[in-house]
Amino acid sequence: MEILMVLLVGLIFTVATYLVLTKSLLRVVLGLVLFSHGAHTLILTMGGLGTGDAPILGASETYTDPLPQALILTAIVISFGVTAFLLVMAYRTYKVHKTDDLDQLRGSSDE
Amino acid sequence: MNNLLLLPVVIPMFIGVILIFFVKNIRVQRAISVIGSLALLIASVYLAFAAYESNSQVLTLELGNWQAPFGIVLVGDMLATLLVALAGIVGLFSLLFAFQSIGEEREKSYFYSFFFFLLTGVNGAFLTGDLFNLFVFFEVMLISSYVLIVHGGTKFQLRESFKYMVINMVASIFFLVGVAYIYAVTGTLNMADLAEKVGVIGQDGMLNVIAIIFLIVFAMKGAFFPLYFWLPNAYAGPPAVVTALFAALLTKVGIYSIFRSFTLIFIHDREFTHTIILILAGLTMIFGVLGALSQFNINRILNFQIISQVGFMALGIGLYSPLAIAASVYYIVHDIIIKAALFFTAGATEKVAGTSDLKKMSGLLKTHPWLGWLFFITAMSFVGIPPLSGFFGKFGLVLGGIEVGTTLAYILVAVVLLVSLLNLLSMMRIFMKAFWGEKNDTEPKITNKQSIGLLRPIIPLVALSIVLGLGSEPAFQYALAIADQILDPSIYIDAVLSGK
Repeated sequence: MEILMVLLVGLIFTVATYLVLTKSLLRVVLGLVLFSHGAHTLILTMGGLGTGDAPILGASETYTDPLPQALILTAIVISFGVTAFLLVMAYRTYKVHKTDDLDQLRGSSDE
Repeated sequence: MNNLLLLPVVIPMFIGVILIFFVKNIRVQRAISVIGSLALLIASVYLAFAAYESNSQVLTLELGNWQAPFGIVLVGDMLATLLVALAGIVGLFSLLFAFQSIGEEREKSYFYSFFFFLLTGVNGAFLTGDLFNLFVFFEVMLISSYVLIVHGGTKFQLRESFKYMVINMVASIFFLVGVAYIYAVTGTLNMADLAEKVGVIGQDGMLNVIAIIFLIVFAMKGAFFPLYFWLPNAYAGPPAVVTALFAALLTKVGIYSIFRSFTLIFIHDREFTHTIILILAGLTMIFGVLGALSQFNINRILNFQIISQVGFMALGIGLYSPLAIAASVYYIVHDIIIKAALFFTAGATEKVAGTSDLKKMSGLLKTHPWLGWLFFITAMSFVGIPPLSGFFGKFGLVLGGIEVGTTLAYILVAVVLLVSLLNLLSMMRIFMKAFWGEKNDTEPKITNKQSIGLLRPIIPLVALSIVLGLGSEPAFQYALAIADQILDPSIYIDAVLSGK
């Protein structure tokens, strides 16, 4: 199961890399969203999947490690906030520059 | 246990929140922020003294009384508390400079709140003893920096901030990936515990890969070769005070994280990791200064100079000897102070000349002698002319390199000397073009008298640099004590894990 998950993470990262390297602002944002999903899935997988019961003291002998889930929760909230900000900024950039083509948003040397 | 360790994180956070409520009242905002940053400065300087007093034992705080390694710990060793104190100093003077230069519109748009949230993140990143918590404080710092860098929303800023955000988000994702891997290998995220476990497991192929992932992440934040490409443009957009704050503190957080992880956790395969750092440091210096020489815009020259200085600071970790690390620490202290001063003077020059293009300026020294000579002293200190503070950092690095004595170390000593010379050339070019020479026919935008107000926050910083240079003997002793402490990881590990 872990192997499958790691392969999935690899797939997500591949797609995300492709999207981040495209020219459209929105696609880049979507690429970053996928990136963070990949990273979160990776954390979950790295903690080991489904090895025991819910981590309640005294309920069972073997527990699942609860820490990765706590980490993911924090990371999800952060990436949610940052993505929201990035979307607003991308929209504003599009409004001001009247283009979403990153080729045209390149900095020129003589400004 | 030392509850005061929480103060440098909590004070700016509360001040930032309070300031949100007074966003339309500039006078109240200014009063609160000055009081807040003074309180922050006092608390952080006190902590630095406390850490120095209890030399052999590191201050720790287990949050929520969760015993390490299970809970999050704040750790105040000498290096961390020193950097927090410097962040307090730079924070205070940036604030005073912001009063003079930032403009009413920005003041009414939550500038001061995000200023303090940025300090929260920076101080937290310095003090935390947990890898995931470091990620969280990085994000706190970065989110504030995203806002500050686009604050004002000019066309240029929007365009460059988008790229800045994308780069930093990718770096954050890599940080998470690194955290996931190292958790899978060691089963812990507490830095002291990690240091111990990595020592037990042995730093083989897998941990080397993780080390390099972390190096990439921190190198991206700290603007190392070849990951510095985002910096020169992104930092050219925002007002001078924001750039100064970023130049003085944000890149230092990246370097501090490299210091932490490569003197505490990944120290068992130095042939591999530290050689890479050494080579990167050399290339960072060279490419940074070459970039600076190719530019004709003050802001852009200084932005490239940030990069070249990063190389000097990283050199000490790569050399990994007490003298070299002490020199690096001394250099970081010098650089935080002088970078802030340099960007303030550049900001003031831009205000005076109405442009940042060197080709359009000339002879400002005649009309604005104070500004001109202040820039001169700052530039000299930056380049490393004795007895100013920059000299002793470079001197220590050169001595440290010769002491280590490998071929690579000798090459890097040569690079340090060459790059210093080129630094001098690029700073002198600014001075010659902007201040020296005949007055051109464009009228200065503000008079000498008006510019004095802008200079007031700069003078204490320059004075501090002079004091640091003249008092380099005690300052270097302090840096050597810090180097001794961080070269003996068992001090840190024992302090965190003994459960006091």
